[in-house]
Amino acid sequence: MKDRYDVLVIGAGPAGSIAAKTAADKGLTVLLIEKRQEIGDPVRCAEGVSKEHLKKHVEIDKKWICADLKGARIYAPDGTKIEMAEEIAGGEVGYVLERKIFDRALAEKASKAGAEVRVKTRAIGLIIEEDFVKGARLMQLGKEYDVHARIVIGADGIESKVGRWAGIDTSLNPIDIETCVQYLVAGVDINQEYCEFYIGNDLAPGGYIWIFPKGEGKANIGIGILGSKMGKFKPRPVDYLNSFLEKKFPHAKVVEMVFGGVPVSGSIEKTSTNGLILVGDAARQSDPITGGGILNAMDVGKIAGEAAFAAISAGDASNEKLEEVYEKRWRSTIGHAIDLSLIVKNCFINLNDADLNALAFSLKDVQFERMSLLDLLHALFKANKKLLWDLRVLFKDAAKEVVKSKM
Amino acid sequence: MLVSININRYKCGYCGACVGVCPKGSLELVETWVEVDENTCMTCGICDRICPVGAIEVTK
Ligand SMILES: Cc1cc2nc3c(=O)[nH]c(=O)nc-3n(C[C@H](O)[C@H](O)[C@H](O)COP(=O)(O)OP(=O)(O)OC[C@H]3O[C@@H](n4cnc5c(N)ncnc54)[C@H](O)[C@@H]3O)c2cc1C
Repeated sequence: MKDRYDVLVIGAGPAGSIAAKTAADKGLTVLLIEKRQEIGDPVRCAEGVSKEHLKKHVEIDKKWICADLKGARIYAPDGTKIEMAEEIAGGEVGYVLERKIFDRALAEKASKAGAEVRVKTRAIGLIIEEDFVKGARLMQLGKEYDVHARIVIGADGIESKVGRWAGIDTSLNPIDIETCVQYLVAGVDINQEYCEFYIGNDLAPGGYIWIFPKGEGKANIGIGILGSKMGKFKPRPVDYLNSFLEKKFPHAKVVEMVFGGVPVSGSIEKTSTNGLILVGDAARQSDPITGGGILNAMDVGKIAGEAAFAAISAGDASNEKLEEVYEKRWRSTIGHAIDLSLIVKNCFINLNDADLNALAFSLKDVQFERMSLLDLLHALFKANKKLLWDLRVLFKDAAKEVVKSKM
Repeated sequence: MLVSININRYKCGYCGACVGVCPKGSLELVETWVEVDENTCMTCGICDRICPVGAIEVTK
């Protein structure tokens, strides 16, 4: 078996597969490993993505689309509804994916581009020589061996160890993680064109409940709770979700269970070092307010693949080179959106239900043209001069960001 | 020393959230179960606190 590659990618989620594909497209030799025996399974995701954004990466294939979304509805604790729908041709703004199929399709694209894929192959440590990451020790079907690479890309998700092995502390504090449970339910009468969000401190402390349609009377109904609002003797996400379902969908049949954690820490200080790049959830690049991470993982996966090529072409995989070709590029693009979201998250987790109700009430009749956080914030500021004055300490930084990006 | 972290693998959904919060990197998600390195685990209990289903019990 070959044991030397230009690039070794650890983890075949969206981040790893896109990084591997990008690097292979550039002509590099690439090994993509995945510890699970089946890529994409079990799922740890609600599977919602923006349509336009996804199209930047792949051609849409009906095989992995479960539902087309027209818009979103957000419900405040008192039931006040905010509706965000885009009136554009065709009317669809988002998709609910079938990630089991989607993730595998992405890995296949990497393979078609020339990358070698090995499943049931787990990285168990890094090869580090003279302070440079030079490869990793792998275990496949119980057998251990080394693979050397000029650059290692750690795309190993929420449970990432790759960064830590190289001295980058990626451990999350409780306030940096949403912990989630989701059921795929069948036999429910759910509008298949809208995703829904329920917020409130009794419903989902520091997080929200979501309903994402999955076609034919099915939906992903899940909850995320902020780790810092949890405790050994408090109800768990699974308890909150069960009571929500009992109340709203007593007849729903649970046909699949999903568990998971999403990083909501915002950008971490370092995502690369000599010979190593971290990407996707492993680099904590998911959105701190929505918890969305698929498209971020793909965006940065692409940057990581290009960065690996740039560094290898220059014969320089040092920390300094990777700062220039990787860190700078992702921080100046997607990094900004993540920073704004972190500010907003830090505001919202401190609001009580009365505040949330008041904010929602102020937006109740607003017609949104785009389904974006920025537009939502802009509308909030316009409608709530007085309220926001009271909350100015919380919202000061967010306001600055909105003003900046609207100019 | 008494074993003071106990992971109920019949309850665990092997999602890896606990691995992400472990300050010591003492947990490892191996496909369908979580392994604990008892030499480095300091039984801080963060994993117990954030587990979405309550599959981890840390007693001090
Ligand atoms: C309940 C829930 C709902 C979510 N809903 C949404 C949503 O609606 N929309 C959205 O955009 N995002 C959502 N997210 C976030 C999204 O799932 C992640 O951000 C996304 O999967 C990140 O992609 P990734 O490639 O970085 O990591 P992952 O998809 O987690 O892939 C990492 C891969 O690395 C593998 N791996 C780990 N360690 C090793 C190792 N040592 N050796 C080999 N392989 C290894 C893992 O098995 C895994 O396959 C949700 C997350 C959760 C938990």
